[in-house]
Amino acid sequence: MDGLAHQIIAGIATGGIYASVALALVMIYQATHHINFAQGEMATLSTFIAWYLVTEGVPYWIAFFATIGISFVIGALIERILLRPVQNAPPLTHVGVFIGLLLIIGNATGWIFGYTTKVFPTPFVSDAPLFGGLISAHELGTTAVTLVVLLLIFVFFRYTKLGLGMRAAAYNPRSARLVGINVGMMLALGWGLAAAVGAIAGMMVAPVVFLDPTMMLGILLYAFAGALLGGIDNPGGAVLGGFAVGVLENLAGAYVVGTELKLTVALIIIISVLLVRPAGLFGRVVLSRV
Amino acid sequence: MSSATGLPEGVAAAPLPVAEAGTPAWQRWLLVAGGIILALAPLWVLESFHLFQLTMAVIMALAVLGLNIVTGYNGQISLGHGAFFAVGAYCTAILMSHFDWSFWWTLPVSAAVCATVGFGIGFPALRLAGHYLALTTFALAVAVPQLLKHKAVEDWTGGVQGLFLVKPDPPAFLPVTPDQWIYLVVVSIAAVLFFLTWNLIRGRIGRALMATRDHPTAAEAMGMDIASLKTKAFAVSALVTGIAGSLSAVAIEFVAPDSFTIFVSITLFVGMVAGGVASILGSLFGGLFVLFVPNIAESISKAAPGVIYGIILIGLLFVMPDGFAGLLRRLTARLRRGGTS
Amino acid sequence: MPALLEVRGLKAGYGPTHVLHGLDFDVDAGGVTALLGANGAGKTTSLRAVSGMIRTEGEIRFQGESIAGQATEAIAQRGIAHVPDGRGTFMELTVEENFRLGAYVRTDKADVQRDFERMWEWFPRLRQRWKQQAGTLSGGEQQMLAIARALLLKPRLLLLDEPSFGLAPLIVQEIFAIMRRIREESGAGILLVEQNANLALELADRAYLLETGRIVVSGLAAEIRQDESIRRSYLGY
Repeated sequence: MDGLAHQIIAGIATGGIYASVALALVMIYQATHHINFAQGEMATLSTFIAWYLVTEGVPYWIAFFATIGISFVIGALIERILLRPVQNAPPLTHVGVFIGLLLIIGNATGWIFGYTTKVFPTPFVSDAPLFGGLISAHELGTTAVTLVVLLLIFVFFRYTKLGLGMRAAAYNPRSARLVGINVGMMLALGWGLAAAVGAIAGMMVAPVVFLDPTMMLGILLYAFAGALLGGIDNPGGAVLGGFAVGVLENLAGAYVVGTELKLTVALIIIISVLLVRPAGLFGRVVLSRV
Repeated sequence: MSSATGLPEGVAAAPLPVAEAGTPAWQRWLLVAGGIILALAPLWVLESFHLFQLTMAVIMALAVLGLNIVTGYNGQISLGHGAFFAVGAYCTAILMSHFDWSFWWTLPVSAAVCATVGFGIGFPALRLAGHYLALTTFALAVAVPQLLKHKAVEDWTGGVQGLFLVKPDPPAFLPVTPDQWIYLVVVSIAAVLFFLTWNLIRGRIGRALMATRDHPTAAEAMGMDIASLKTKAFAVSALVTGIAGSLSAVAIEFVAPDSFTIFVSITLFVGMVAGGVASILGSLFGGLFVLFVPNIAESISKAAPGVIYGIILIGLLFVMPDGFAGLLRRLTARLRRGGTS
Repeated sequence: MPALLEVRGLKAGYGPTHVLHGLDFDVDAGGVTALLGANGAGKTTSLRAVSGMIRTEGEIRFQGESIAGQATEAIAQRGIAHVPDGRGTFMELTVEENFRLGAYVRTDKADVQRDFERMWEWFPRLRQRWKQQAGTLSGGEQQMLAIARALLLKPRLLLLDEPSFGLAPLIVQEIFAIMRRIREESGAGILLVEQNANLALELADRAYLLETGRIVVSGLAAEIRQDESIRRSYLGY
């Protein structure tokens, strides 16, 4: 039973990572109705920036928050410069721009920082085993950070004026403008926030999977699966979906398909959700009138 | 406005400059002759390595053509065509490597297998629209290398090490090297498939594909069996790209799982956009683009060709969304108007 | 003295299609101007033009300053509240959040709270449904919510697009009574687009009749109401 409990707990820890990236995806989807295929690469770039700061001697937590700020700015800039001009373009163009972004960021990361795998530090260390060895210090710390971030995001959107403005801009841009909200600014902020959340996810996962330019591709896929499972237009659902996918992945990897096929598990989840219930467990089923 | 491709409606349906009705027959035959000469010239002009590059460009053009059938003409966005490319490649590789089949006989098998897989993917695709389909096919493409490396199929696929092949020998009566023979084989097969696709697109089925892309509700209301059309489009699309995959396997003489990462799918997508979505000629441009532009990108910046590549893609989407074929179309239209006014 | 809103030579359209071919109309502070006409005459387009939602040619002056070509949010921030066709409700948000959005650009918290209370008094049903999702409200309630949201902007000019549309006659009467209150209590000007010409002419001071993007009749609402030939040929009653 120890093995199972550990798998589940480890699944929750990685699930937190997926939940964070899923949240970033959902935030962008809600605001723009587009899927940010470059989300993983953006998070990887952020993590590399953090790595650079740390190796230059910046204390971990300062590097952590600096990276969050830098990522926020990068995200907002990407929205203003790249996505604003193609706002009203059809889906194929959008997908193309996201793919282009993926190529640019992914390759820029390798170009600037090199392709060798880097070691990324974790601030969570413990001398004695925790909870009878059921969970590592890093897993515990990661889960805690993830939960704090998710809570902050929730409070921001639900209870602050800016959060309300951003939600309004996402749900109904036309009416938002009519009450005086600068929708473009809200979109840029939303992207910045999503980039920041992605950065945190990257920094949490890098110590475990080691940092190289392809780090986030698999994680992105799991985040997609989680977001879809919970409901691509429902932040809370997406978060739950992320956790669920983390646990499922671990259990399936340990007991069913073996670790080599884990990505296939994500694929199967994606396909199943889209076929059986495209709105996800908690999403709204939207009927569109012909 | 065409909903899926961003082209003004009717652009995709506009005939190639060469094939408008009313072009006299002798002009058409002249163009065909010109095309044949153009296709054969490299045999004398290019040495081995560049000929190989051109061979690969034609193979990529064929693969892009496949993608165009389902995404360009039919509006179903696929970011996973690398998977069909891989299936075709491995079909040929497995039959040649494990069973000693001759290359030619692997083609119909590869075609059949790819068409079946494409058809199979076409069904769930019916339920998915726009970026959801893009996402699913993306996930499929990401999973391909893992699937190919898995222990269960390792004996067939050769696992991480992959499989080695040998190029077919040229027939005794032709004084060409194996490289030249492969070029001829590839160009001939591509020409046949290009011609068949061109024929398909300019006929009733092509119009149906595009109608389904632009006005799905109206098309259905007019009695078209959308589901059947879309799944068959996927099947044909997979077949064409799969054949390209088979050709690539034998041209490179090697297949391995890590040759078929998501990057292949992305490359095909980029080729389609750059060459010209929903354009036969565009597919040809696209193949040339994806093969030679990375070289150009490398010469601009040794360190970051991928970045340049991405920038070029985004630049094209902003400035020339209908690709090189579209640019050509607009130029010839302007010339024609200038000539008659 | 210049009118609150002065529009001269307004041309507008959607892409290649031109809908308005040179309109002139005014709205006075504290007054109600009605834009009437059949479907497709250009009434909604006129409101969208004033709100900066579409490209326009011609002059649009608000409180003496030109607002033509400005962004919609900038125009809203100047004190022009637009209740669009379809009501523009934030369906996924609660009634409370819709209220908060109405007052989004205001900084005077105490004053906003007072206005909330005034809206609760005018629209008691909205207070009852305070925490409910706005999308679950009935048509009439959503219309009231839309008007409350607009009023919470503390506008100098209120644009209303077919407030009676799709509503039961009793509710429509309530809404027009509210509009009378608005005129009396807030001193704002109202530009009212309506298909129900009778009701609109009862409330309005000035009226303009649109037909395929041109103004064919303009004048005092009272006079137009009494002119039988105009009523028969243009308004159908």
